[in-house]
Amino acid sequence: MKEADNSQDIIISHDVHKWFDNFHVLKGINLNVKRGEVVVIFGPSGSGKSTFIRCINRLEEHQKGQIIVDGVELTNDIRNIEAIRSEVGMVFQQFNLFPHLTVLQNVMLAPVWVRRSSKDQAGETAMQLLRRVGIPEQANKYPGQLSGGQQQRVAIARALAMQPKIMLFDEPTSALDPEMIKEVLDVMVELAKTGMTMLVVTHEMGFARAVASRMFFFDEGQIVESGTPDEIFKSPKEDRTKLFLSQILSH
Amino acid sequence: MTAIEMQPPRLSIGPLAWLRKNLFSTWYNALLTFAGLALIYSLLRPAIQWSLTEARWGVIAANLTLFMIGQYPREELWRIWLTIFMLSALIGLSWGVWKDAARGFAFIALGSGLAFAVIGLLLNSDVWINWLLADAILLVFYAAGRLLPSRGGSIAAIGWLLYFPLIFLLIAGTRFISWLPAVQTSLWGGLLLTLMLTIVGNIGSLPLGILLALGRRSKLPIIKYFSIGYIELIRGVPLVTILFMAELLLPLFLPADMARPDRVLRAMVGLILFEAAYQAENVRGGLQSINRGQYEAGHALGLSGALTMSLIILPQALRAVIPALFNSFVSLFKDTSLVAIIGLFDILRIGRSVLAQSEWLGTHREVFLFAFIIYWGFNLAFTYGSRRMEEALGVGKR
Amino acid sequence: MQIPAFWRNIRFLQALGQLAFVLILALAAGFLYANVSTNLARQGLTVGYGFLNNPASFDIGESYIPYDASDSYGRALLVGLVNTLVVSILGIILTTIVGVIAGIARLSSNWLISRFAIAYVGVIRNTPLIIQLMFWYFGIILQLPAVKEAVALPGSIYLTRRGVYLPWFETQPAFDSWKIFIWIALASIVLIWLIFRWNQSRSNLPIPFWWNLAYLLVPILILWISLILQPQPPLQENIPILTGLNFQGGLRWTPEFAALLFGLVVYTGAFIAEIVRAGIQAVSRGQLEAARSLGLSTGQALRLIVFPQALRVIIPPMTSQYLNLAKNSSLAIAIGYPDLFSIAGTVANQTGAVVEVILIMMLSYLSMSLFTSLLMNIYNSRVRLVER
Repeated sequence: MKEADNSQDIIISHDVHKWFDNFHVLKGINLNVKRGEVVVIFGPSGSGKSTFIRCINRLEEHQKGQIIVDGVELTNDIRNIEAIRSEVGMVFQQFNLFPHLTVLQNVMLAPVWVRRSSKDQAGETAMQLLRRVGIPEQANKYPGQLSGGQQQRVAIARALAMQPKIMLFDEPTSALDPEMIKEVLDVMVELAKTGMTMLVVTHEMGFARAVASRMFFFDEGQIVESGTPDEIFKSPKEDRTKLFLSQILSH
Repeated sequence: MTAIEMQPPRLSIGPLAWLRKNLFSTWYNALLTFAGLALIYSLLRPAIQWSLTEARWGVIAANLTLFMIGQYPREELWRIWLTIFMLSALIGLSWGVWKDAARGFAFIALGSGLAFAVIGLLLNSDVWINWLLADAILLVFYAAGRLLPSRGGSIAAIGWLLYFPLIFLLIAGTRFISWLPAVQTSLWGGLLLTLMLTIVGNIGSLPLGILLALGRRSKLPIIKYFSIGYIELIRGVPLVTILFMAELLLPLFLPADMARPDRVLRAMVGLILFEAAYQAENVRGGLQSINRGQYEAGHALGLSGALTMSLIILPQALRAVIPALFNSFVSLFKDTSLVAIIGLFDILRIGRSVLAQSEWLGTHREVFLFAFIIYWGFNLAFTYGSRRMEEALGVGKR
Repeated sequence: MQIPAFWRNIRFLQALGQLAFVLILALAAGFLYANVSTNLARQGLTVGYGFLNNPASFDIGESYIPYDASDSYGRALLVGLVNTLVVSILGIILTTIVGVIAGIARLSSNWLISRFAIAYVGVIRNTPLIIQLMFWYFGIILQLPAVKEAVALPGSIYLTRRGVYLPWFETQPAFDSWKIFIWIALASIVLIWLIFRWNQSRSNLPIPFWWNLAYLLVPILILWISLILQPQPPLQENIPILTGLNFQGGLRWTPEFAALLFGLVVYTGAFIAEIVRAGIQAVSRGQLEAARSLGLSTGQALRLIVFPQALRVIIPPMTSQYLNLAKNSSLAIAIGYPDLFSIAGTVANQTGAVVEVILIMMLSYLSMSLFTSLLMNIYNSRVRLVER
């Protein structure tokens, strides 16, 4: 039975289950995201956080439950999947830039081939985005020539080039050397301030404190606790949350 | 504190030390060295003596054209020279535009042109002019490539793409062009035949190989098992059986009223079907080396499966596969020697027919050595050129 | 979950794609089949395997099972298969020895020896096998001296242009009853393996390496003791002795067989040498250094640490070289050794049953390949390094 969508909720996930063969990785996730919200998901590794956000753009397939993105339900329907993917941008932990294309070509690729923009238009938008993330001068270099922080910023620009309504971030700074984490987080903070809906899996609690509207703690495939950053940091209710926070905040 | 300057002790550096370290380091090494030197001497001396005095190299000289092009009509020789000149031009242009990547091949081309010119002079044939001309063309186009790198680049790329279909047209001819009369493939022979078979086999098998590799990795069970079945079937049987099958069965598979394809075409089909299975494994290796994240990034951006494959995955995979592609070219070159078994006149078969000539009875060592040198020389040259190219492109080292 | 309209459903489209593929295949197969039938009918031939029972009426140069021209085509093909297997198995054993020696020589610290190995590999790998076979046959074997002036090697081995003569066994009457000890010896190998496994599962320590000698020593011990205890010898040595124009006794390898064997062994050996070299080099230096710094001698470090890891890298490509050797034996036709391919060719020519003969031939080669692949896969899955 489809529920009446709340026009504020841009992502609705209802009782989502997923199995990898026999391993039950997501055990009934109920998580709704409103437009313009920045939601941070955190938790120990193996808890299903990455799997969950990868279900949102169908990089993984959920076997039970519903996921509705901007009013469109995520099923085996190709049209739905393609529609959702063009509204949802994703930034990966390993950047996944295309090494055989220049930075500019990386950003232009999808708009040209999926939205059928003209090359000129796509090029202009791409340069604007590169300026926005702070590296316009690298436009004609190849990804292999850039530092990790620069590559991730290109990845963000590439995702933004499709003008998505939602941006998913899968541990965007975990593969970066410490001195480059800040430059990427700055871009993400600026993005949040422009009102983009963001779903971010991360350990960077400073970021969460600064811009998160809500935080969710995942453990063993379930949401253990959720709340605003204030609630989570100052008065976590569950023991597991307290334990986890004490482990990562002691750094 | 003053810097200390001392010479290393005499026996640890320098030629004497090298001898000591590499040849005589222990007693059994010294023994092996002496045994080895004795072996070299006992084998080489009679061999060199034989090749300089007793060997009758005339058998090669007299039949050189036969070995090179078989029965190809002598009036149409200009077409073969044209393909050689075009090749020189392309290599020269590539060298000028892409410098280091093509340098290995360019040196080989220049060197062999020079060598063949010298041999031609020694044999009192006029071909030396043509070979020097080929070298000259190479150098001219090299200069052109240096001067106009960007235009030259696109011309070179298009040139290479068109080159192989073009030489097929040139050499085979067609009845639709009056000054390019058709030459029966049954007249092709010698090195010409070997090269044409290798080129067609290599290039023709690549599209099929790519399809098989994609099929092999597909999640759809029917396509996957069909691809696996094909690949394992072909790889499980010797090449001669495939050629045999092509020779005898291909006419049976064609509609009864269609003209029988001639034997060279049948061999080409057999080679393509055979090589495709091996190319599939090469391409699959390349595909496997691509990070899964590349697929995911493509899909996340909304690119369809086909677009992701053609824009993102295949360009990277094929680049990773270039060393293997060169390798398979070299091994196919060797494998074409098997067509002698199904009656085609490659170098070996011509060698056997030359041996049957009464004038040259008993010269089999010379003939086999000649065939041996041709194959070995070509392989070495090609391997050298391709290795230089791989180094320049940084392939396989990322 | 809502089931989407079927024309947009991924599952449906995938199934449809596969169905279309099968249809195309079926159509192509049907088309080809129709052509074959028409063409065969035109030539007055029919498809059938009855010809296998007809008399072959051609001789075969050498055979390991009794055969003469009045035997059936089927038997002729069997002779070919056996010939192929004999040269393949013997070739595999010899080429492993040659290849391993060459591979180790390649890594030798003696500059001359490693240059030899490099030259060997560089020349042999870059020239076609068929030329090498012809060279072996015409250029070497046939150039050997006549029987009277045979080249004598230690151990009563004679090289002549009529073939290679080797000492062999001759079975005596007592052989039949003694045969059982051979089976016992083979069974003992399996028994030892089981004992080691049982021992391993009880204690976690690896067995000392030299215990592996048991695989070799115990069967030999069994055979030797049983030989001594026999009242009459079951086997007698058979040495080739020059009597008159020929050698009597012993085992004779025809020139064709000898050329094919040596050619295949030398050719495949070059590839195996490279595989062995790459395998040893693939074990990173760090492993050897770590082992040395733990106090192990070079010999122990090589045996316990380097070789086991090198073997993992070496075995898969080496088995595919074994397969290549078996497939390459089909080149025997170029020098006249009656292997499966050359006999199949003759049969096809004489009976016109091209399709059937080709099927039989390809099935035989395929079985050999699949069997070898199976063995390799079993080995691979057992020794695979356990990784996350």
